[in-house]
Formats: sequence, C-alpha cells, structure tokens
Amino acid sequence: MTDVFIAFFSFLALIFAVLVLTLRQPMRCALALIAHMCSLAGIYAALGAHVIAMFQILIYVGAVMVFMVYAIMLLDDRDNSYRHPFSAKAGTCLVVGIAFAAGLWLAIAHIATPVAASAGILDPFTFSAFSLAFMKQYWFHFELATVLLLVGVVAAWAAVKEGL
Amino acid sequence: MDRYQFLTILAGLIFSLGLLGVVLRRNLLVVMMCLEIMLNAVVLSFVSFAVRSQTLPGIAMTFFIYVAASCEIALAMAIVVLLVKRRGSLDLGAHQELKG
Repeated sequence: MTDVFIAFFSFLALIFAVLVLTLRQPMRCALALIAHMCSLAGIYAALGAHVIAMFQILIYVGAVMVFMVYAIMLLDDRDNSYRHPFSAKAGTCLVVGIAFAAGLWLAIAHIATPVAASAGILDPFTFSAFSLAFMKQYWFHFELATVLLLVGVVAAWAAVKEGL
Repeated sequence: MDRYQFLTILAGLIFSLGLLGVVLRRNLLVVMMCLEIMLNAVVLSFVSFAVRSQTLPGIAMTFFIYVAASCEIALAMAIVVLLVKRRGSLDLGAHQELKG
C-alpha cells in the first residue's frame, strides 16, 4: 500500500512540477508549486518521515509560498515576460535539459545500490526521537541556524532600506 | 528497481525540471519558483537516503535546508521587489546589465 501512495504522490509531484514550468501566469505557477510541495509532503508521510512532512507543509507551504504569493500580488506581472514566457533559445535549453535528465537517470540507476539499514536507532523519525536527538546532537547547528535566520532578516531589511 | 532507487530517480527528474525552468523561463518570480523545485528535489533525495539507512543526519540536514531556503526567499524577494521597482519589469531581459 505504501508503494501505491508513493507512486501516486510521485506522479502528482511530477505533473505539478511540469505545470510550474509551463503555466503562463505566476500566480498559477505558485499554486502549482504549492500542490507540488504538498505532493512531496505526501511522499514523506508515506515513507514514515512525518517530521519532514510537517516541516514541508509548515515551512514551505505555510511560510515560503505565502511570502511568494504576497510578492506576486505586490508586483504587476503583465509585462514582456507574460507575453513571451520562454527564453528565445528554448529549443536548445530543452534539448540540454532532456540530455541532463537522461544522464542523471542513467547515472543514478547504475550507481544506486541497496544500503543495509543500520540497527543503531530504533525509529529516528518520530517527533520525540527527532527532538531529543536535535537537542543533544545538533544543538550547536540549531543555534547556528537561528543566527543564519537573523542574518537573513537583517540582510533583507538592509536591502530594502538601502534600495540596493 | 526498489522504492529508494525510484525516489532518487524521481529527485533527479524533479531537479532537471527545476533547472530547465531556471534556464527556460523569463519571469523572475517563476525562476525563483524553479529554484525552489530544485531545492525540493535535493530534500527528497536526502529524505530517501535517510529513510533507507534509518539514520538521523539526513533528516537534520533537511531541517537546515529549510532554514537556508527561508533565508534565501526572504532576501531574494526583497531584491526582486526592489529590482522590479527600479526597472518596472519582471522580465529577465530587463536586468541584463547586472554583473556577477
């Protein structure tokens, strides 16, 4: 049953990623991206990584995409990029992109070999196990992440204040 | 092909789609969205490897990717809004004189 869910959400994730690429209006692209992220959250939930599924919804869909939707509403998107959404060299880009994807596919299919599961941790993906490990093993990284967030906020504020 | 190989290949495909969007699209905001797709593909590969090996570092790394993505989007959106205010266009062709 898990494999069925993974296949279903993978199909949805691919379809919505293609829609982000092809839709003309940025708002529709943003909605397709939100659906793509929700599909990925479905894959994480099916894999049993519920912590990451929650983060995906809370941080990406709840914060990042809302911010992006605000930016789309702030800006007038009916400009030249609306009339001509794709680059003039779209054909070349498409060929290179398909070649890149095919190369990546071949490389992964040949390199990826089954890895033996380690028996050290019982189930590291529950909230309690994740929180405990985070506070014990990754507390310094966590503090660094908060500093990075603060730097990001200050940098955004400075960019807006200075007007670039 | 097992489940995790399938997910790794899916991550590669999604990454390629994001990269294609970055070079193909002309709208600044859509290019940002395609960058997010690429970041999501990286997260998917981290999670699939972490679940496969039943270890925590991949999941912890994912958390830090989310933090970096939040910072990136906050800063990038501020820059995009200012650029568009200055040039009056979301078209990448209007910002060709940018260096670096």
